[in-house]
Amino acid sequence: MGLELRNIHKHFGPVRANDGISITVETGTLHGLLGENGAGKSTLMKVLSGFHSADSGEIVLDGKKIKLASPDDAIEAGIGMLHQDPLVFLPFSVIDNFVLGSPGGWRLDRRQATAEMQELCDRYGFSFDPHTPSRLLTVGERQQLEIVRLLWLGARVLILDEPTTGISADQRAKLFAALKSLSKEGMSVIFVSHKLEEVADLCERVTVMKRGKVVGEADMPVPPERLVEMMFGQAVQIRDRKEVAHGKSRLTVDSVRMATGLLSEESTSLEVNAGEVIGLAGMEGSGQDTFLRICSGMRSLKQGSVTVAGKDLTGKHYRDFLAADVKYLPAGRLEEGLIEGLTITEHFVLSGEDRSFFIDWAQARNRAVEQVDHFAIKGTEASTVESLSGGNQQRLLLAMLPHELSVLLMEHPTRGLDIESADWVWEQLLARREDGTSIVFASADLDELLRYSDRILVFFSGRVIGELDASSTNVDEIGLLIGGRSANPELSEGSQ
Amino acid sequence: MSGFFTAFVDMFDTATIASIVAGSSALMFATMGETINEKAGVINLSVDGSMMLAALAGFVIAFQTDIVWLGFPAAAAVGMSVALLIAFASIKLSLNQVAVGFVLFALCTQLSRFLGTNFVGRRPVGVPTWEIPGLSSIPFFGPVFFDHNLVVYLSYLTVIATFLFMYRTRKGLELQGIGERPEAAHSRGIPVNKLRYFYTALGGALIGIGGAAFSLDVKLGWSDRLTRNLGWIVLAIVIFGGWHPLRAAFGVLLFGALQAYAINLVPEFPSLSQVLPSIPFPAMILALVIVNWKRLLKWLDRYPFLRAILRSDPPTAIGTRFKVN
Amino acid sequence: MSSYRLTNLVLPISVVVASAVGLLVLAGTNPWDPLQLIVEGSIGWPPFEAGKSAKVGDTVMVWVPIALASAGLIVTFNAGMWNIGIEGQIIMGAIAAAFVAREVSAPRPLLVLLTILAGAVGGLLWGLLVGVLRTAGGVNEIFGGLGLDFVAISFTTYLIIDPWARTGVASTSGTDIFPDAALLPSSSGTRLSLLAIAIALLAIGGVWILFRGTLYGLKLKAVGANLRSSFLMGIPTNRYLLGAFMICGALAGIGGTVQATGFHFKLIPAISGGYGFLAILVVLLARYQAFWVIPISFFFAMIAVGSSQLDLRLDLNSALGGVLQGVLVLSAMFGLGWAAYRTKRQLQEASGGDSG
Repeated sequence: MGLELRNIHKHFGPVRANDGISITVETGTLHGLLGENGAGKSTLMKVLSGFHSADSGEIVLDGKKIKLASPDDAIEAGIGMLHQDPLVFLPFSVIDNFVLGSPGGWRLDRRQATAEMQELCDRYGFSFDPHTPSRLLTVGERQQLEIVRLLWLGARVLILDEPTTGISADQRAKLFAALKSLSKEGMSVIFVSHKLEEVADLCERVTVMKRGKVVGEADMPVPPERLVEMMFGQAVQIRDRKEVAHGKSRLTVDSVRMATGLLSEESTSLEVNAGEVIGLAGMEGSGQDTFLRICSGMRSLKQGSVTVAGKDLTGKHYRDFLAADVKYLPAGRLEEGLIEGLTITEHFVLSGEDRSFFIDWAQARNRAVEQVDHFAIKGTEASTVESLSGGNQQRLLLAMLPHELSVLLMEHPTRGLDIESADWVWEQLLARREDGTSIVFASADLDELLRYSDRILVFFSGRVIGELDASSTNVDEIGLLIGGRSANPELSEGSQ
Repeated sequence: MSGFFTAFVDMFDTATIASIVAGSSALMFATMGETINEKAGVINLSVDGSMMLAALAGFVIAFQTDIVWLGFPAAAAVGMSVALLIAFASIKLSLNQVAVGFVLFALCTQLSRFLGTNFVGRRPVGVPTWEIPGLSSIPFFGPVFFDHNLVVYLSYLTVIATFLFMYRTRKGLELQGIGERPEAAHSRGIPVNKLRYFYTALGGALIGIGGAAFSLDVKLGWSDRLTRNLGWIVLAIVIFGGWHPLRAAFGVLLFGALQAYAINLVPEFPSLSQVLPSIPFPAMILALVIVNWKRLLKWLDRYPFLRAILRSDPPTAIGTRFKVN
Repeated sequence: MSSYRLTNLVLPISVVVASAVGLLVLAGTNPWDPLQLIVEGSIGWPPFEAGKSAKVGDTVMVWVPIALASAGLIVTFNAGMWNIGIEGQIIMGAIAAAFVAREVSAPRPLLVLLTILAGAVGGLLWGLLVGVLRTAGGVNEIFGGLGLDFVAISFTTYLIIDPWARTGVASTSGTDIFPDAALLPSSSGTRLSLLAIAIALLAIGGVWILFRGTLYGLKLKAVGANLRSSFLMGIPTNRYLLGAFMICGALAGIGGTVQATGFHFKLIPAISGGYGFLAILVVLLARYQAFWVIPISFFFAMIAVGSSQLDLRLDLNSALGGVLQGVLVLSAMFGLGWAAYRTKRQLQEASGGDSG
């Protein structure tokens, strides 16, 4: 008995997000689901909670085949999903959030609901004032609210998607205690996470996914090294990159404090020299994106300083950073980089150095044709950017970079690109080092980090948990750090 | 200066207040209607036009049949149809709500003028006065609130019902949910787009009834652009009211009072009478500036009472579309 | 922003014709007469016949403010802004022009130039106010603009019945006629002003060039299409939004000047003639393309002028013209929306068939 997924397939266009997944979760167990970003965990959970319907495959709950065409069906079947960003209505009071969506007619008996909520809260050690607006709750409390709500609705299977991102250690302890007692009462819990420590702490069984498939299953406890190997595979480490002599300090970040989610404010410092490549590792939302935003002037600082090429830019506007030849390429290419509806030529005009009032279109087109050719962009100078593939959008973004570049900050420079494009992108990036450009990039791909970085900073829960020399470290070491465990006990101390 | 003062004092007689209350019914209906559909996330920018066309429809039906009550369902049907067009354009065709609403405003306005030509100056039977026995003899409150007609009483009931529905029933909570965070509502099994159709239609019907209340009661008869600008005032009051039915109702009464004040001022300051009726608009802008003024709000957090007065809950997902992926 | 294909034009036009015929039959008239009358009343029948230049002159002088406002709206729409405050910008332009016309004495060419400049400044400032409310105050431009429209309207009325009241009578019919030196030069016996036409064409041409050939225009378009990407590219987005409102306000304000000193020759309460809102319809129908504004706004001006004859001659309400304009824009929008919906559906079905 329990929940059984049989051969689930889900495609998005050519992408096989779930490619024949079969998992069994026994009733009353805490089941961990591990996998790196893009392994297909979220898709699978969305299928289970009725957000997406699977292309093929079966879902069997307690021996009965169920059909999940909408979230409604999932709730009815007793499957409750807790999203990473809890889907609460922020201006509404706690109790209104609690009752919203519960079955029943018109009658809204807040007093009765409050009593029932209190009872559940007491049982699992949560407490919040039913009348406060939920925007005042911390992320952890919003999760607790969602959990009691799902319990109240009669959930028999509870799915938690990265629930410990953005909550305090204290709240995590509370959460785990509640989950353990729930499983004793017969609740099946699916715990989606990347934090090895937590999976080891909590789960009785674990399934590892990679590239849309199940690549491993094990009963806990299992040595973390083994889990890392299942998650990331054995990387063939090739460092065929040309070494470049590093110049003077280009970017200095001194003891900045940053808040990711709602917690963890530890100061971070980094010094990057000219021609150096720094890789930022860590699961999504661990602080590396915030760090990049601070380095680019997109986010203001509470404390600390940012210096670029000897010039103090602390508290300066984003455009002052741009003027200091700091360029930031975020991950959302069409959201935060390119402009839908405009052509390649128009993009080159916007990013070009020619500031004259009238545009010389003939010249602009020629330049665009040249660049399209030089950067091997599949498209013409008149193509609109949304018609390009992801790889070609990335090529365009690289082509748009200014000649003078002191620091280049990037998020996922090769995400969604085929190997050929990715190699090519890095060829271009590494060539920039010779002009003294420093590169700081965040990536979820350990191979990429190892191959192209000089140093790697590993982020965990909003702070740097380790700084590694890329030429002497390996996938295992990074993988463990990403999961919050350190081979070096001094570093991991205080993380729990 | 004393002129301003006497005009102000003059407003506080029973007859004036009673007339403010009686004259506000059209705005009450329409404001509740727009509040409802905006709470569900759909802006109906056509109010000024759809209200006018509905006013005509109600008038024509009442006039032709000699049964005044038949005018109201006819007007509701017109308001509802226009609203459904906006919902359809937005939900199904992915068109911009504002663009479609604006064009419908223009179209309905002109349509009401064209179709209403032959009815200008005609007078149908109005809504009969019906003082509520007992209640109407209460001193002051009786004549102010309970010596009108069924339309006026229904406008109170609509306000109270809208308030109770939104904040005291499960369905009302769902209504707020789909305009606040549709993906969260969807995850709780609430059919977002279906309900948006429904509430846009309901809001449109109330806007239509507001139109009929004007042409069949507040200003019995038909003339070119009879309800002109009332719809824009509705949009302003919804914002001024912070999307809360009771505060919006207060806004309607305040507007009525301003109008009465303006009329009282005419003898002394003939020129100002033209300026005062537009006061709701700068008031709306000011209200918007204040509710968006982060620093002020932060400071006000220390004074919960003041903060509560300045509360404004614009539905977060207003004007956006929700697509299930 | 795609432009029309032939099929997209056929549908709206047939809907318009059908609804016109339907409405007229409903109103109990022969459908042909009113339509002919609209043409006759605006450009003469047969069109542009000699000796009917007064009519053509009126139509052209209605076209000018609509075209100017439309040109301005192309700028704000491209910047992603719904400038419903356009009516107020026309009105404030007219008020500023009226102020100069009443208070300043100068030789005619200079005074005319001053009224035009004043109109531009009046509209510009009123537009800027909408922009500042939006960028600094967080007030949505639709509601800010709408509010300022009404403020402008009541300000006009206030001026007309109090400080600028006609000598002896305080009525809402308008101020005194402006002195001759302040009026737009026109050809004899008509309102037709070549200067006004030139300004309108220049404005449309200017906007066309702005978006065709200048970096400023391209940046405006970028800001309108994706505020965030534009900001990250280093474009000062707020400054560009304000710029768009100022350009639009200035053009609308000149339109207001033309209304005041070239059409009514005085300030009247409804000085904008509703042409700002009409221009929104024009631009929606023109799909934000400057070139298309010329014929469409002329067509709309024809309908506006021609249909004003309907009540006099055929006892039909002149609003018929407005109805036709509304139906045209609405059916064009729904037609394009429906076509896009169908294409998307077909694409989905095609890809669903592949993977399934």
